[in-house]
Amino acid sequence: MESLKFDLSTGGVRPLNQYLHGPASELNGQRITVLNPDGAHNIAVGLNAAVKVTIDGHAGYYAAGMNKLADVTIEGSAGTGVAENMMSGKVHVKGFASNSAGASAHGGLLVIEGDAGLRCGISLKGGDIVVGGSVGSFSGFMAQAGRMVICGNAGDALGDSLYEAVIYVKGEIKSLGADAQIEPLGDADTTALAGLLAAAGLDHNPRDFKRVASARTLYHWNADADQEY
Amino acid sequence: MCGIVGLLLKKPSLRPRLGELMVPMLIGMTERGPDSAGLAVFTPPLPAGQRKISVYSGLTEDGANYAWSGLVEALNAELKVQARASIKGNHAVLTFEGEADPVKAFIKAHGPKLHLLSAGRGIELYKDIGTPAEVAERYQFSQLSGSHLVGHTRMATESAVTPDRAHPFTAGEDFCLVHNGSLSNPNGVRRMLEPRGIRFETDNDTEAACRFLEWRLREGDDLHTALQKGFEALDGFYTFLMGTPTELALIRDPFACKPAVVAETDDYVAIASEFRSLAHLPDVKHAKVFEPAPEEMYVWKA
Repeated sequence: MESLKFDLSTGGVRPLNQYLHGPASELNGQRITVLNPDGAHNIAVGLNAAVKVTIDGHAGYYAAGMNKLADVTIEGSAGTGVAENMMSGKVHVKGFASNSAGASAHGGLLVIEGDAGLRCGISLKGGDIVVGGSVGSFSGFMAQAGRMVICGNAGDALGDSLYEAVIYVKGEIKSLGADAQIEPLGDADTTALAGLLAAAGLDHNPRDFKRVASARTLYHWNADADQEY
Repeated sequence: MCGIVGLLLKKPSLRPRLGELMVPMLIGMTERGPDSAGLAVFTPPLPAGQRKISVYSGLTEDGANYAWSGLVEALNAELKVQARASIKGNHAVLTFEGEADPVKAFIKAHGPKLHLLSAGRGIELYKDIGTPAEVAERYQFSQLSGSHLVGHTRMATESAVTPDRAHPFTAGEDFCLVHNGSLSNPNGVRRMLEPRGIRFETDNDTEAACRFLEWRLREGDDLHTALQKGFEALDGFYTFLMGTPTELALIRDPFACKPAVVAETDDYVAIASEFRSLAHLPDVKHAKVFEPAPEEMYVWKA
């Protein structure tokens, strides 16, 4: 099927997004290519149709934010907040992603082939994130549900104040955040990892990953703790 | 919010195009900083016995009609420094023989409302209120040439929108700094520096960072050591971009709250708050594009 092209160097982001916000019944199955994104903000945000969008270059802030159903590929890097609050679908960044990638995503899959910045997966609410490279500090902060796979290293305070999200890390963890702990990798974990890595198109042995999850000591107020945690 | 841009041309044949390549970078950061703009450009240094000073007359009653020739004549009659002026409306670069300090003192006495922007052998500095496009046009930034420059677009949060609070800030000679972010302890830094004889000209938080780092360099620290002490002494959110006659340097705070992206090719190193200010650069599609890590020092040699 032929791809419909939007050149942002001539039209800007608005005509693209207005087109992508058309009736899902007309958009389903379409292929859209975005030329000369040149770091523009809000490219392909708020999609609600099974449309395939390819962004041919570097995207700015909030690319593919609030995504539902759509399959968005960014050929270059992504700015702050890529796929933030994603509900479903897939967002694939071929380069690196800046801070807060996949923040509060409820569903769907975010793949970042390169490194992700700080606060990747902050407040994750059910989405899956696979990072081919490393993530910065405070990643997975207060993540409530969903899974993160980090094939490289993690920065400081990984998984601080985790709820029920699970983080898998292959490389070094600079430090764990409060209440995050390394747990044994079970069969369910390796099965989940194999599925996520395959979906991301990344070749790693699931057995090489560590599982980080919540120790759940912060779940309940401890009146005897004397404010010392 | 604010925007920062920096450009260092590795290929000497590109240096006449420094301003032309930079103006779209500066204008690209208008949404991050629409209220003021400025830049410091580093040109080949003057001979050791000469200095140049950038002076701003926009705060005087005559503004852009300031009688620069009167200042130059008085300067030459009094101090005999063979000064000459390159004038762009409310801005002049005075080039002269001898040390900067007597000339700076003379200018302040001659025109108390004249604002001294920079001094050194290589640095020229321009800054004013207005959109980046307006400021670039006012001073014909596209005509500038040189090896590297540091620019800024301002959205004021910590002090008023005035020309002297725009960036870059300078301290001493041939050193400038631009800042995206906000410091939480600028007054503590000031209280530490002022008893050491370091004078402040504004209440701006960035000026504290600029004077702190220049003080460390003047005390003998190399740039890396000074920046390391900056990490320890300066608290808050920041991406700093600094210029010296031979270097561009960039640091980000440990939380990386303020953005930065770098595009590097064999011909240039370009730094901006966001990629959209880099997209027009020659062959940027094949540049190495990366995000500088927090608490790392990035120093590029001119």
